[in-house]
Parts: sequence; structure tokens; C-alpha cells
Amino acid sequence: MDRPSAKRHETSEGQDGALIRFANVSKRFSLEGGEMTAVSDVSLDVRGGEIITLVGPSGCGKSTLLNMTAGLFQPSEGTVFYEGKILSGLNHQVGYMTQSDHLLPWRTVFGNIVAPLEIRRMGKAAARERVESLLETVGLQGFGGSYPNQISGGMRKRTALARLLAYDPQTLLMDEPFGALDALLRLRLQVELRVLARRLQKTVLFVTHDLEEAVALGDRCAVFSARPGRIISIVTIPLPEDRDLMQLRYNSDFTRTCADLWSLLSSELARSGT
Amino acid sequence: MKIAALRLLVLVLLLGIWEFASGRLVSAFFISKPSSIGAKFWSILIDGTLLRNMGITASEAVTGFIVGGLAGAIVGLALGRSVTLAKVFDPFITAFYSMPKVALAPLFILWFGVDFQMRVLFTAVIVFFLVFLNTYTGVRNVSRELMTVFRLMGARESHLARMVVVPSAITWVFAGLRLSVPYALIGAIVAEIMAGNSGLGYLVEHAAAQFDTSGVFAALLGVMILALALNLAVKLLERVLMPWRDASEQREVTV
Ligand SMILES: Nc1ncnc2c1ncn2[C@@H]1O[C@H](COP(=O)(O)OP(=O)(O)OP(=O)(O)O)[C@@H](O)[C@H]1O
Ligand SMILES: [Mg+2]
Repeated sequence: MDRPSAKRHETSEGQDGALIRFANVSKRFSLEGGEMTAVSDVSLDVRGGEIITLVGPSGCGKSTLLNMTAGLFQPSEGTVFYEGKILSGLNHQVGYMTQSDHLLPWRTVFGNIVAPLEIRRMGKAAARERVESLLETVGLQGFGGSYPNQISGGMRKRTALARLLAYDPQTLLMDEPFGALDALLRLRLQVELRVLARRLQKTVLFVTHDLEEAVALGDRCAVFSARPGRIISIVTIPLPEDRDLMQLRYNSDFTRTCADLWSLLSSELARSGT
Repeated sequence: MKIAALRLLVLVLLLGIWEFASGRLVSAFFISKPSSIGAKFWSILIDGTLLRNMGITASEAVTGFIVGGLAGAIVGLALGRSVTLAKVFDPFITAFYSMPKVALAPLFILWFGVDFQMRVLFTAVIVFFLVFLNTYTGVRNVSRELMTVFRLMGARESHLARMVVVPSAITWVFAGLRLSVPYALIGAIVAEIMAGNSGLGYLVEHAAAQFDTSGVFAALLGVMILALALNLAVKLLERVLMPWRDASEQREVTV
């Protein structure tokens, strides 16, 4: 799926090696009659080219963290650094696959995937070729001409994924991208994502509710507490760079790490009473 | 098929009752009767009166529709995109909108006389407001999340307009256009009745002035046919310009 035309980003990093740095980041939202803390005092350094998975109870602020990385809003306290600079305003270095797919209903699957290529003025023929190959990557061959309201939820997710990959940003923010997919397709896309991220030196923040996915994909996994979300642990995944995702099931490191994550999370859930 | 047969039955029944009642229960002077209306309709169809006048009304309505629709869509887009402009103009628009447009007709006659131009402008003003308000609301309602996702991709304002704002506004423009069809006709016909020497409105008025009830009804039949044709035209245009809408109509409903 790597096209030679795909622009390769150099991983430029801050002086101390972190591409993204959350320094004591908190985010409060004002609600009627008060404030609500979504994220509380999160500190995390993400190195360029690293895949970080984020797990935690629903509502603990995972999406909020991604939103701040995309520069949609500022933290209430603390700072988000990107490439060593304080992030203010939209961060055009990131591609964001949000929890809802945000496709254009008036464009076909093809038209949606090609949109970012139009924005960067890629030639028609080259764009067409790239979209065709992306359609294949996400298993949507033959659906290029369908409108979003004609395809299933999982297919819409895959369209959004293909669109994200089409414009090839330096950092990928992915919010439960594979949630609606069947096990086999999910595995295929996980493999594809890891291979791709490694080859193109992508940095990935990947939110998931599936602990096995968090272990299989991540170089490190950040485990969040229930709201207000704090990071309770950052687990380094003891699996090799070129892990074979198909065989993980039989890997004792894998199963042990999953069990560790599970005990971290379940004690957190028990504590918060949800 | 069955529905079509039932519809035909209802139509025949209604016409039959009308035909029977006329002259027996109600004076034919007031309600005429289907057979004489049909004969009258046929005669003005044959001698070309109907088509000539229908053509005049249609071209007024359609021209007014296009002028008013385009202006409404453009101004709606502009105001919808600019918060300041919208704030400045809001009270004027509301004030003007709440006025019954028909009350403007005499002023228009004063300004433009009684010819084609006046009737087109009058129609255009009515259509303008409906399309403008719909477009304006539509542009305001464009999903901000969607815009943000595209801004992240590096989209500039021109991209946003082309990819997101205009297509999403088109849906609303058409809602306005569909609403406008009857009003465009009202505009054209009111203008003809008040100040015309041609057109379907004139035909209605002229027949009424001569106490020719059949003539009135025959002309009204012409108005109905024209309205149906205009509705159909908007629907077809909609289908061509918004193929994704078609796709969602064909889809079975799911929740
Ligand atoms: N724009 C916003 N305005 C107000 N409150 C918000 C906003 N975005 C998020 N929140 C609140 O912040 C909290 C954290 O939300 P967030 O979407 O980050 O959770 P999450 O960890 O992604 O949950 P999930 O796993 O269910 O997606 C929630 O209580 C949510 O209601
Ligand atoms: Mg979320």
C-alpha cells in the first residue's frame, strides 16, 4: 500500500526526543452549574515513530487528549508540545480519524478518499491510482462508487481510514478506528497499520477499548483511570518491533501483558464503582 | 396498480357528483359543471389561448424563480458564512420577511408598470426570501466537526466552500426551491390578476369579469397543470444535482 508518491516525513523531534509531549495537562469543561474535569494532570512523552495505545474507562478523556493533540482546543492547565513547540491552533501535522466517521454524505467512497488529495492538488491520474490501492488495502474494492449512506458502519470506518492514510500525515490520531469491524478484517488492518506506521515512520496515538488490540499494536500502552482521567500506568509492551500479529495468541509475553493490563483496569473500575 | 384504480374511481365519483349537483342542487352559474369546463378547456386549448397565456405565466414564474432562487442562494451563502454581515442584516431581513409580499404589488406596479418585468420581479422577490432563509439556515447548520476535520487536512476556505459548505447548502437550497414553486406561481398570477393583460391570472380574471364560471375553472385547471409541471421540474433537477439523496431514498429504512 506504500505508494512511491507518498511523501515521506522526516521525524523531526524536540531537543529531548519527544515528538509530542503532554506536560501536566488538565482539561476542564464548563457544564451548566459548574465545571467538569475530563483530563487531570496527564504527562506523557511520545517519541517520533512510536505507536502509543490508550485504554481506559469510557468518558475518561481519551478523545479529549486526541482533540488537544490536534489543536482543537487548549488544555486548561499544562502544555501540549509538538516538535518541541507549544501547540496553539490547529495542528496540521496530524491526521485525525475521529470516533464518528465524518464522511461527506454527498461524495462517494472514492470522492471521500480523494478529497485530501484534491486539497493538496495531486494530479487526477496519480490520485485515482492511489485511491484504488487504498480501497484495496481496506477491503473496499468495488465500493468506490457507493455513497456513505449505502454502506455499512464498518465500511464507513474503513473509508475514513483510507482517507486518513491517503493524506499521509506525520502523526496519526485514531479513535477506536477498528471498533466496528469483524475479527478477521480487524486483524488484517492491524497488521497493515503496524507495517505502514513502521515503514513510513509514523507516530500513532491509538485509542481502543480492546486490551488485546492495545497490546498487539502498541509499543507502549497508556492506561487511564476513570474520570477525571489520569494516567495510572504506562506499560511498555514486551514484544519485538516486527511481531507477527497472527501468532500473538500463542505468545506468552502477549498473554501476560494483556493480563497485566486487565488487572490494572479492573482494579481501577472496581475502585470507581463502574 | 390497485391504488391507481382507486384514485381514478375517486376522481370519477367526484366529477360525477359535481356534474349531477350542478343545476340541480347548486346553480350552474356558480359552480359550472365538469362537462362544460371540459368543453371550454378544449376550446381554449384548440384556439391556442390557453397555451399562449400558460406560456406567459410559465416564463414569468420560471424567470422569477431562477432570478430569486439564485439571488437567495448567493446571499444566503454569503450571510451564512459571515457572522458580522448576518448580525448586521438580521433585523432588516426579519422585518421584511414578516411582511406579506402581496402587499408590495401596488408599489411594484407603480415602479415597473404592468408588464412582464414587474411580474417577474414580484415573483423573484417572493422566491428570494424563501430560498434565502433556507440557504442561510443551511449554511449555519453545516457541521462544525466536519469543517474541522477538513481544516486539519489543510483545507483552505475555498476548499471548505467547495467540498463542504456548498454541497450541504444545496440540500437546503432545494428545500427552499420546492417550497417556492407554489409561491412563484402565486406571485406571477397575483401580478397578472392585478395588473395584467395576459397570462393565466388574466384569463381567470377576465372570465370572472364576464361571469363565465366555466372559463374560470378551465383557467384554474391550466394553473394546476402548470404547478404540477414546475414541481416535477424541480424534482428532476434535484435528482440530477443531488445523486446522494437518491441513494438514501432507495435505501430501506433502518434505525
Ligand atoms: N467538547 C466538550 N464539551 C463538554 N464536555 C466534553 C467535551 N468533550 C468531552 N467532554 C466530556 O469530557 C469527558 C471525557 O470525554 P472523552 O470523549 O474524552 O471520553 P473518552 O475517554 O473518549 O470516552 P469514550 O471511550 O466513551 O469515547 C466526558 O465526560 C465528556 O462528556
Ligand atoms: Mg472517545
